[in-house]
Amino acid sequence: MSHAILTATAADLGARIAARELTSVEVTRAFLGQIERHDGRVHAFLHVDAEGALAQAAAVDARLDAGEVLGPLAGVPLAMKDLFTQEGVPTTAGSRILEGWRPPYSATVTRRLLDAGIVILGKTNMDEFAMGSSTENSAYGPTHNPWDLERIPGGSGGGSSASLAAFEAPLAIGTDTGGSIRQPASVTGTVGVKPTYGGTSRYGVIAMASSLDQPGPCARTVLDAALLHEAMAGYDPMDSTSIDAPVPPVVEAARSGDVSGLRIGVVKELGGEGYAPGVEQRFTEALDLLRDAGAEIVEVSCPHFDYALGAYYLIMPSEVSSNLARYDGMRYGLRVGDDGSRSTEEVMALTRDAGFGEEVKRRVIIGTYALSSGYYDAYYGSAQKVRRLITDDFDAAFAQVDVLVSPSTPTTAFKLGERMDDPLAMYKSDLCTIPSNMAGNAAGSFPVGLAPEDGLPVGLQVMAPPLADDRVYRVGAALERALARRDGGVLTDQIADRWVGEAGQEA
Amino acid sequence: MDELMDFDEVLASFDPTLGLEVHVELNTATKMFCACDNTPGGEPNTKTCPVCLGLPGSLPVVNGQAVESAIRIGLALGCSIAPWSRFARKNYFYPDMTKDFQTSQYDEPICFDGHVDLEVDGRTYGIEIERVHMEEDAGKLTHVGASGRIQDAEASLVDFNRAGTPLMEIVTRPIGGLGAKTPEVGRAYLAHLRELMVALGVSDARMEAGNLRCDVNISLAPKGATELGKRTETKNVNSLRSVEDALRYEMRRQGALLAAGGTVTQETRHWHEEGWTSPGRSKEQAEDYRYFPEPDLVPVAPSAAWVEELRATLPEPPARRRARLQDAWGFTDLEMRDVVGNAGSLDLIDATVTAGASPATARKWWLGELARRANEAGVELAGLAITPAQVARVQALVEAGTLTDKLARDAFDGVLAGEGDPDAVVAARGLAVVSDDGALGAAVDAAIAAMPDVADKIRAGKVQAAGALIGAVMKQMRGQADAARVRELVLERLG
Repeated sequence: MSHAILTATAADLGARIAARELTSVEVTRAFLGQIERHDGRVHAFLHVDAEGALAQAAAVDARLDAGEVLGPLAGVPLAMKDLFTQEGVPTTAGSRILEGWRPPYSATVTRRLLDAGIVILGKTNMDEFAMGSSTENSAYGPTHNPWDLERIPGGSGGGSSASLAAFEAPLAIGTDTGGSIRQPASVTGTVGVKPTYGGTSRYGVIAMASSLDQPGPCARTVLDAALLHEAMAGYDPMDSTSIDAPVPPVVEAARSGDVSGLRIGVVKELGGEGYAPGVEQRFTEALDLLRDAGAEIVEVSCPHFDYALGAYYLIMPSEVSSNLARYDGMRYGLRVGDDGSRSTEEVMALTRDAGFGEEVKRRVIIGTYALSSGYYDAYYGSAQKVRRLITDDFDAAFAQVDVLVSPSTPTTAFKLGERMDDPLAMYKSDLCTIPSNMAGNAAGSFPVGLAPEDGLPVGLQVMAPPLADDRVYRVGAALERALARRDGGVLTDQIADRWVGEAGQEA
Repeated sequence: MDELMDFDEVLASFDPTLGLEVHVELNTATKMFCACDNTPGGEPNTKTCPVCLGLPGSLPVVNGQAVESAIRIGLALGCSIAPWSRFARKNYFYPDMTKDFQTSQYDEPICFDGHVDLEVDGRTYGIEIERVHMEEDAGKLTHVGASGRIQDAEASLVDFNRAGTPLMEIVTRPIGGLGAKTPEVGRAYLAHLRELMVALGVSDARMEAGNLRCDVNISLAPKGATELGKRTETKNVNSLRSVEDALRYEMRRQGALLAAGGTVTQETRHWHEEGWTSPGRSKEQAEDYRYFPEPDLVPVAPSAAWVEELRATLPEPPARRRARLQDAWGFTDLEMRDVVGNAGSLDLIDATVTAGASPATARKWWLGELARRANEAGVELAGLAITPAQVARVQALVEAGTLTDKLARDAFDGVLAGEGDPDAVVAARGLAVVSDDGALGAAVDAAIAAMPDVADKIRAGKVQAAGALIGAVMKQMRGQADAARVRELVLERLG
């Protein structure tokens, strides 16, 4: 029974809970048990809220028993990136500086999920303040990739994606500033979508870089991601950058998967040198599958994408340096050295030294420098101009094609520790995903198979114009169907036995 | 203590240039970026939320009412309104600033290029306004220790109730050519702003409460020089008098420094109520605020139509209104000065006149009887529980002979005690003057019977003795008798 629950899709679990074939408590217990059995090795979670989750599940069961009609995911458990405030539940953003902090309020996304009857299992591991591409920058130790425990699960939302691949949760939430949903999805063989900027609320999401951050859904199937997208998205008056427009018809698109006549542009600049052969191979095969499904494939050039990484690494740290200023040890979280013998500035310095990791300090310093009065124009100012050019590239491309595609990441999951001492190599993990954050459009990563050379998942990225999130799902669903016909299921099915089967139960 | 130069000597050698930055706290219902109550006071940290506390994850949303007030202020100062403006972050640490940056407008303010004409001693001075921008106030620190000052405090308490209060900063361009009038023009400018804010209804504009705070910039240049001298900025000067005094002091201090061959340090200075300034933060360690556009907020883009709608809501400029009312009311300069000098009385008298009272009687009641009671109760005139219409009604009853001035005061008592409108109070308290001969005659007869010796005197022709009898009748009637009619009745009976 437990096996069937753990490997089921969220859509299926939701339907069976609604039909009262399963109770939410039963389903929640199954996933809590899986976490208990396996998370010691995966380390997807920073905090498991078993008591809270079971209480939520019981409440949903009571509502359903009373005949209430809830959303399609009511009663289904979910793993939440440790960046979303949830009243009374520890939230640390993967940082020592917020260790033990229990927010007095909940993020809009948190509230919407709870209102939809979704059960929050706990908080997932992440790179500190979402800074990193491997989840190795978490102050609480790295997460391991369920495909190969020696490897990184991607970042910064490695915990969320790994929880899906290890069948510890059927749904997860991430945030994507430069690829933190899509890149982990790609290397764990799962689905991850970064909605249009402003399509999901940032209220209550601990900020890394405000103009780039966007919460989004993570799942094992395209439909599950779309259902979650619909449950979390929509206008929020508490976030002034939130878009006051209807949520794009993502669920309909995921159910349809019809790409006949769709014009798909392959971005010339996102491929070639530096891309692993297995990544390129699976990407090319996926294009063939889409062509077979009726799509038209053309090559498109976005010349300014070559500068996206550089511009991103000026804008993002600039906003980081300002957003993280509030962690000064004065009002909440960690405080070090406050024994009465030191000045405010000394206490702040000691607190930040102890509370922030290397990567956070690196970015704060870069950002502070880039915003300094003498350097503003040369760095931040120029980066904003590049950002504009990237948006123009997208506009020009979307005048010719409906969506753009590229590999989601240049390589498959690398080994833990491999790039820790080489920040630039680490930053390149997000080469393909960053342009969409810069332009604020919608993008998603979908599994397209395993790289022949290392047997690790490869993802394909789909990018669509702002508020055309449904096109991302349409292409994702078409791919998922074609691959299922070829391979007999979704990619994570290939490791289900390892985590859920008899071997998994014993491990 | 600083060396000071004689004020006239300063002017003989130097040309002063003035600049004023005024912060105005708006009286909007909610704060600048959240829905918290914006009324002042309250138990510390009770009017706060995740946004104004700057908690991780919280986001600001601009208060539309504050934008409206900013535009109206700009229009009243003759400014252009930017069709598109943005907020920026001003990054610096201060213990009462929750996010460690202040959300403010920097190079894209909502209002710019204004002009104000001030009349001082019969001459008109033009003040150029550079900009009006929107920002948020910080919280409030209380230093706990023997002196209450930060230097020897044992602890500092932070109250975030004020954090996030909408604050408008009004900045002038450098104002030269004022010579000896510099301090007075500075004061007149602040007085003008205060009056304007009240007329617009956008701020309580109480300087003592910190609703209006002024940073005073002044520099001296040798006579005839083309370049401005180094300036000092005296922070948070919070009374009209202090603005004038701080300017005079800084001019004399800088003059002495320069005359002795020294240089003025560009710095901020603190104002001391005893009448002097002291150095604050030196600009040598000039802070780099690392301004950049606030990514959590969308631009402010008021439509031209809305701006025109708001322009139509502007009140008559205070100075013009004063001149018009003085003319219409026929008040002397002295009388008008009393009216203007008493906070809120101009509006109250105006409304009372509109409600039918003569200007002289309206002024008499508000600045006499009612001012006394407001004073006793420790409230503003406008805080009394009586409306201009009620005051006008009491006066109408006096003019109709229903009330005497003394009875009118009783009527005010009743209205202020919440007993209702003047007519209801007069009825309930039985205040109306009695002129009915039946009742009065009986009282007169009783008085005559009680004072036979007085009656005899009157019969003997000593008519002036009638006063004693009239007084007795009035006393018997609790002041409500028509004194003239009583006198007639007395003389009828004893004549």
